[in-house]
Amino acid sequence: MQAHGLEDALGTPRLLTARDAGLLGCRACGRVSAAGTGACARCGARLASRDPTSLQRVWAWWLAGLIAYIPANLYPMLLTSRFGHVRENTIIGGALDLAHHGDYGVAAIVFAASVLIPVGKFLAIAYLALSLKLPTALGRHGRHRLHEVVEFIGRWSMIDVFVVAILSALVQFGFAATINPGIAAATFALSVAFTMLSAQSFDPRLIWDAEERDSR
Amino acid sequence: MAAPDPTGLIACPTCDALYRERRIGADEVARCRRCGTVLAAPQSGAMTRITMLAGAALVLMVAAVSFPFLELSEMGLQQRSSVVDAILAFSDGRTAPLSLALALLIVLLPAARLLALLYTLGPMALGWQPWRHAALAFRWAEKMRPWAMAEVFIVGVAVALVKVAGLATVTLGPAFWAFCLLVLITVRKDSIMCRLTVWKTLSERHAS
Repeated sequence: MQAHGLEDALGTPRLLTARDAGLLGCRACGRVSAAGTGACARCGARLASRDPTSLQRVWAWWLAGLIAYIPANLYPMLLTSRFGHVRENTIIGGALDLAHHGDYGVAAIVFAASVLIPVGKFLAIAYLALSLKLPTALGRHGRHRLHEVVEFIGRWSMIDVFVVAILSALVQFGFAATINPGIAAATFALSVAFTMLSAQSFDPRLIWDAEERDSR
Repeated sequence: MAAPDPTGLIACPTCDALYRERRIGADEVARCRRCGTVLAAPQSGAMTRITMLAGAALVLMVAAVSFPFLELSEMGLQQRSSVVDAILAFSDGRTAPLSLALALLIVLLPAARLLALLYTLGPMALGWQPWRHAALAFRWAEKMRPWAMAEVFIVGVAVALVKVAGLATVTLGPAFWAFCLLVLITVRKDSIMCRLTVWKTLSERHAS
């Protein structure tokens, strides 16, 4: 779609970036400031032409998320006791249970939210971070789209934690049936939060900088 | 090369491409030519609509927290639970910190975000000057956006309902419907909000 109401800055034939022009663009509100400005005059956000610590923070949160994801899969997410008989369900066990009962649609949602999305996110963020230095098959538009998807979809992994919370609050019938949360719920929630922070730390402008470097 | 004058320029937040700003009409969509990110999509009367939707959502949030959410009955036993009970489900033992996180994600951050939006956009909808620290409030409202997970929670509720459906009879309480409505309103509100327009209006009103 055409950009209505916006013209290329300075009438140059090719697109100019704020950095090329020696200016600073604000990522929160779009306002452009002179180089050396510390905080955006309009919205007060901290300005940086390119955040030099972006990749460090991406990898730090990524690793923290991966570490928290391991116990999230090994320990039980849900403790179900019926008539004194206690069953422990891990994340994958819970999804399999649903499938056994014939609830394939819901099983698919749980599986996607707790396994496919987190694992896909780890791979996607690592790929994006590595692609800045290494040659990649996916173009800039593809990687830009990938980053958008990762940022959008990350929070939906929290579904399983909410499911555990609601089940534990609802099913409290003493001896007859009780559901309690397992420790994996906490580590899984941490893992989701860490990977969200990792994706947010990634500065998408770095993807497009690589393009300029290549085409020169 | 000396840096050009930055006034009247905007930079794409995603790829840093520089544009000279022109008036963008209502219901137009301005996209970055390089990466396709929507830079501005102002809608007529958006400020008033967002303010009213945020106000409605806030009232619904109060209802969603205070009324019973779901009711479960099995073999003559009844268990009624509110959103607060769901949050407190983790409060025993090692998972206690998760209760706090849940309270933040489901109730506190969505509510704080609504309040911040009302604080920023309310005066603008009425044509007043922005209140003190309106820029700060709006910047935080945008920062909180990914962490306000009311809509994720409602999908979680749906999954949980399927899981207990075989175990017992579930009755949906008034808070459940309030929460569903709240989610719909929040999604609608976010879809009509144009960040760039809000920032521009904020700074214009402030200068006048």
